[in-house]
Amino acid sequence: MKLMKLAATSLLCTSLMVGSAFAAAIEKPECIAPAKPGGGFDLTCRVAMLGLKDQLPSLMQVTFMPGGIGAVAINMFNSTRTDDPNAIVAFSSGSLLNIATGKYGQWTENDVRWLASAGADFGAVIVKGDSKFKTLDDLMNQLKTAENSVVIGAGGSVGSQDWMKAALLVKSVEKDPKKMRYVAYDGGGDAIAGLLGGSIEAYMGDVGEMASHLDGSMKILAVMSPERLPAPFDQFPTTKELGYDAEWTIMRGYYMGKNVSDEAYNAWVDAFKAAYATEEFATIQKEKGLMKLNMAGAEFDADVKKRVERMRGIAKEAGLIK
Amino acid sequence: MNEVLAGLYTGFGVALAPMNLLYVIVGCFSGTLIGALPGIGPINGVAILLPIAYSLGLPPESALILLAGIYYGAEYGGRISSILLNVPGDAGAVFTTLDGNPMAKNGEAGRALSLSAVASFVGGTFAVILMSLFGPMLASVAIHFNPSDYVALMVFAFTCLASLVGKNPVKTLLAALMGLMIASIGIDANTGVARFTFGVPDILAGIDFLVIVIGLFGMGELITLVEHQITGKLKVLPVGKSFVSLKDLAVVKWVVFRCSMLGFFIGVLPGTGASVASAVAYGTEKRIAGKSGENFGKGDIRGLAAPEAANNASAGGAMVPMLTLGIPGSGTTAILLGALLLFNITPGPLMFQQRPEIAWGLIASMYIGNLALLVINLPLVGFFARLLTIPQKYLTPLIAVLAFIGVYSVVSNPFDLYMIIGLGLFGWLLKKMGFSLAPVILGVVLGNLFEDNLRRALSISGGDWKVLVESSSSIIIYVLTVLILFVPPLYGRIKKSRMEKKTAE
Repeated sequence: MKLMKLAATSLLCTSLMVGSAFAAAIEKPECIAPAKPGGGFDLTCRVAMLGLKDQLPSLMQVTFMPGGIGAVAINMFNSTRTDDPNAIVAFSSGSLLNIATGKYGQWTENDVRWLASAGADFGAVIVKGDSKFKTLDDLMNQLKTAENSVVIGAGGSVGSQDWMKAALLVKSVEKDPKKMRYVAYDGGGDAIAGLLGGSIEAYMGDVGEMASHLDGSMKILAVMSPERLPAPFDQFPTTKELGYDAEWTIMRGYYMGKNVSDEAYNAWVDAFKAAYATEEFATIQKEKGLMKLNMAGAEFDADVKKRVERMRGIAKEAGLIK
Repeated sequence: MNEVLAGLYTGFGVALAPMNLLYVIVGCFSGTLIGALPGIGPINGVAILLPIAYSLGLPPESALILLAGIYYGAEYGGRISSILLNVPGDAGAVFTTLDGNPMAKNGEAGRALSLSAVASFVGGTFAVILMSLFGPMLASVAIHFNPSDYVALMVFAFTCLASLVGKNPVKTLLAALMGLMIASIGIDANTGVARFTFGVPDILAGIDFLVIVIGLFGMGELITLVEHQITGKLKVLPVGKSFVSLKDLAVVKWVVFRCSMLGFFIGVLPGTGASVASAVAYGTEKRIAGKSGENFGKGDIRGLAAPEAANNASAGGAMVPMLTLGIPGSGTTAILLGALLLFNITPGPLMFQQRPEIAWGLIASMYIGNLALLVINLPLVGFFARLLTIPQKYLTPLIAVLAFIGVYSVVSNPFDLYMIIGLGLFGWLLKKMGFSLAPVILGVVLGNLFEDNLRRALSISGGDWKVLVESSSSIIIYVLTVLILFVPPLYGRIKKSRMEKKTAE
């Protein structure tokens, strides 16, 4: 990991040392990715590292703290580093779902300070290019006859966001998610192989990962975003406009410890807000396969809490928690 | 065919450019060293060096050639510490310890190292040849391999496990069961329920396979060494100037051929990689050896050649679905895929048309890389073997430190370091009680795949068990399972009765 940090540092040495007025309370910025290198949390931290390089006094360091799907990091920020003004921790809506379903034990959405967003990705309903389901309606009509008449697969376990996407879809036609035939693969790659090989009929994926698969082998029936997405995804209808209430935003963002001073928290919020206003931040988001979702501070905190509450409701209805 | 030749022509044009040739060799060499460190294998080697390769501003084909060289080299280097120290260099090299280390203990370290280098070379080259000839076709077959076929493959693998039953079948079964139990720790994918985590958040996602390998095998071995040192049982290892002979190669030629095939196909399948390939290869070969396989585990050259050929062939196989379909076949190829995307190259069938210099350049560099590895490795055999002359009191702590650093660089979680110590003590105790550790590892490797795929198959069929025998691939595998179960002993009996007849005459 040392090497990695070294490499990352040298990579950015050139554009370093641009001081800023926002960052009085921040001395040694650090972004914690609660996972191994290479995944979504790593990406989230890279967005902050590259996006905030002009807003912070020094280049942000990325550290990895894997263990228990993010639980190790949230434990740490609730026990020893509760007031660390320098560190932000990456999270995604998957982490929020873990909070909602109680996987992080005693810690809830009120035990950290939600800071800012990095961007968003959206769920997508995907079938094989030559599937008998030509439109989302075809698929939904089939599901209406019986929940278990379509084999749905995805890269996450039951209770993960991938499963949640399928559950929301089934629920949007007043059917019981518990009765659906859901196949849990080990990651998106395996699930796509399953779809192409004909083991599953529909794949609940993410829009971002489909950029490299738009060659006709697979077809996006609908995207689960609130509005139409920018090109090249503007050709795909949303679930909402097709009349199904199944929206799933994969939010990526950052939180801080609960006892962080307002001064430090606000310095970070200001840094993010300043970065959002730049052209560069938008470019970085795009490069990392994220769509624009810029929110920081109190507004963001409220939004996250609302999301967790909503997830708790869905999880309860789907029988994940009592 | 012409297409392939034309492609290879383009590819060698790219790969033989002086700078690219240099990158292949640098990649292979540093990969070997990375792989030789206990705990650091191909996956972390590539992950650690990817940002460096990117920041060097290399053209995409050169960067990929460098990374692929590291991948190959690490797969090669994993065997070094397995053979010399009985500490697996990475997860795929566990089965190399079984016969490789006893050879080193008998003073044949040089022979073991050189033989395994040749087996790796053949396995790797075999895989590249198959890949360039049948890559796209194989990939489309591989994705049609459905969960019930994986179940059949696991049944086959477990049957091979039966061949690991040594003098004490009960202990072997118990050990395999322990492996299965370890495999079930963590959140269950099919229900989302946390199993056997006892409220410890660090193991919610299960125990990393590397942690188990380095803990049980590596630390277990080190503790044994320390114990021997204290009790004065430690023997000074003889280091002869042994080297692989043509006779050895004649003995293992079919073993290497079979295991290269097997390893390649297991590598092509998404979801199975070097560890499954080497486990299945070892078990199958022991089964096929029949009566003469009694020496497996005591330093049989066939037992060394089998997993080595298989794990290098599987490294090549895993590239097939990544290059042709954009689906990674293993953890390491997932990182290579990320590297491709980083350079704005979309892997898949179109890549061969749109960016032939990259697709074929990469393939050509694998031919060169394999050859380079053989050339680099054979002269170094003596050098590596001399590692054994370092006094144990210096070597043991050094390996321990390296293993800790290696594991921490992958998992970055201090909890896992305690875990290694705990598992090491556990492994040492098991060894003291006469258990063999290979079945434990096999249980861990196969247990997860078996359970996940069985439950996937059943959720696809809606609970109907008939799904397990519906596809032709699974039926073929079950037939093979029956053959491997009954043919070797039958064949042995026929041979014996013939011999008896002859002597009677």
